[in-house]
Amino acid sequence: MTSHPKNKDQHIDQSEINASGNESDTKTQEDTTSSSVNARPIITQSETKTFENTELKLESGATLSPFTIAYESYGTLNADKSNAILVCHALTGDQYAASKHPVTGKEGWWEILVGPGKPIDTDKYFVICTNVIGGCMGSTGPASINPETGKTYGLEFPVITIGDMVKAQVHLIDSLGIDQLFCVIGGSMGGMQVLQWASKYSARVFSAIPIATAARHSSQNIAFHEVGRQAVMADPEWKGGRYLEEKTNPRKGLAVARMAAHITYLSDEALHSKFGRNLQEREKITFGFDADFQVESYLRHQGFRFVDRFDANSYLYITRAMDYFDLFAEHNGILAGAFQNTKTRFCVVSFTSDWLFPTRDSRQIVHALTANAANVSFVDIASEKGHDAFLLDEPEMISAIRGFISAGAKQKGLSASGIQKDPS
Amino acid sequence: MSNNQEQQNTLSTIRHDHLIIKSMISPNARVLDIGCGDGALLELLREEKNVDGRGIEISQKNVNHAVAKGLSVIQGDADSDLVNYPDKSFDYAVLSLTIQATKNPKLVLEQLLRIADYAIVSFPNFGHWKIRWQILAFGRMPVTDKLPEQWYDTPNIHFCTVKDFATLCKTINAKVEEAITINGYGKELSDNIPLFVHNLLGREAVFLLSKN
Repeated sequence: MTSHPKNKDQHIDQSEINASGNESDTKTQEDTTSSSVNARPIITQSETKTFENTELKLESGATLSPFTIAYESYGTLNADKSNAILVCHALTGDQYAASKHPVTGKEGWWEILVGPGKPIDTDKYFVICTNVIGGCMGSTGPASINPETGKTYGLEFPVITIGDMVKAQVHLIDSLGIDQLFCVIGGSMGGMQVLQWASKYSARVFSAIPIATAARHSSQNIAFHEVGRQAVMADPEWKGGRYLEEKTNPRKGLAVARMAAHITYLSDEALHSKFGRNLQEREKITFGFDADFQVESYLRHQGFRFVDRFDANSYLYITRAMDYFDLFAEHNGILAGAFQNTKTRFCVVSFTSDWLFPTRDSRQIVHALTANAANVSFVDIASEKGHDAFLLDEPEMISAIRGFISAGAKQKGLSASGIQKDPS
Repeated sequence: MSNNQEQQNTLSTIRHDHLIIKSMISPNARVLDIGCGDGALLELLREEKNVDGRGIEISQKNVNHAVAKGLSVIQGDADSDLVNYPDKSFDYAVLSLTIQATKNPKLVLEQLLRIADYAIVSFPNFGHWKIRWQILAFGRMPVTDKLPEQWYDTPNIHFCTVKDFATLCKTINAKVEEAITINGYGKELSDNIPLFVHNLLGREAVFLLSKN
């Protein structure tokens, strides 16, 4: 790999970058010079595209129209539109993969992978990250206004699926004039979207990187989601889902849901090595129900930080979408049927301590792909960090993804055909 | 750091059996390398024969290393995972210095010929004179620079000689398209010498097989 000069003064002219189409666009542009991680600014666009006259037909039979997709893009689409990478976010993620979060002010959730000189190199690729349908960061979701009533949808919002999320993304990719995505990548629920893309739209996916994911949501995972939903719905401030109109906020319920879920993202070893039985700013236990232990304090903090940036109803809808995901069932119980005659290159990634989406789930995907003699790589990364490892600095994951993506670019001839050269 | 490592790996000497295997494979072929290690052969074939290569490797560490080099490799076991592949999905299935470590070499060989049009198998020849000499003279299981493990910690559980392997090919009705043996210096032995000499002087053998 080439090394990247650190050029902080570089000015990027963004006036040339413009998306066209009949859809109404609102657009903000900004130079993201996020301090420590990326020394060089990324060409970042924050966009909200509303599809006014397009019907999004959902798997439930319902229709969403109009619908809006909020997304971030990084880098520049090349002339033949062959260098696009779609990054799919997880359950509580959003489109801010490599740009500052507007609510929390934190840096992007996947800057470990996305940025100049990173494996998903924003100097080379046009990187798109959309907020999923059902989300709460600008894409149409339960907090949006229902055009039929003029009020927020709340529980009138139709139940959406992973397939629906991807279908909405397909509309966006179409509107950008992109025939084939160079790569679709994502972890956890993002990985489900990757599998859905590769299965349903395989000709439009040159390469796919499903990370820490499964082709169907397990019974245990559905169970955890149900606990989270019940916690939200048990909060009196939830008001049957109409809290926005009632001007209440089911913060406590959503925080408990997050706390329970957060445990599943870690691992016994990770919790033990991070907290052990250490006490929180005290010498001894208090014989009460304060957060005596550091791990309690940590979880409470995680819970309450989460509710500031996430909508409770979105949490219900998106967890449901994951529960319903089952690529086996869609192919009469045989997963191999999902990838028949696929030409897509796959890199499947799992982590040894991930008990939410254990390695065996990834292995099932790999077996289904080999049954089709598909081009597949599979790395199981030794990590004690649990499911969350896919968001963290795991050098083996990063080098595997870097190797896989650059080999794909070579195979697709991307290095030769109009990838933006280093502008310095 | 890793760049240096990669460079060293590319510059390091290429295994003798890999060179012979390379010579047997036609350009642009679809190749499955079973027990591919860190992907050295796949890399060689990708660079010089432009093959569409895949690998299976039992060691996760090797797999991660190979994937980081941009190779399509999965973690798996020759004994249990070949059944997942459809018939005739590759032009060549390669088993280089791996068959002696499989639990059921006969089944594995049959799987190779099911998955691919051609199977290429390289293996250390247990009939080599040095090995015979160690058993004869010292009465001990042989330990050589190529087979450095003691009998109790070796992954190699099914050694065979060139003659043994030729017999197995007959048993499973495989056609020997080409058979090459190399001596301790990596030099190919002449075609004109009789089989028993190959079996005595060949340190490693490479067989190209097809289904009869």
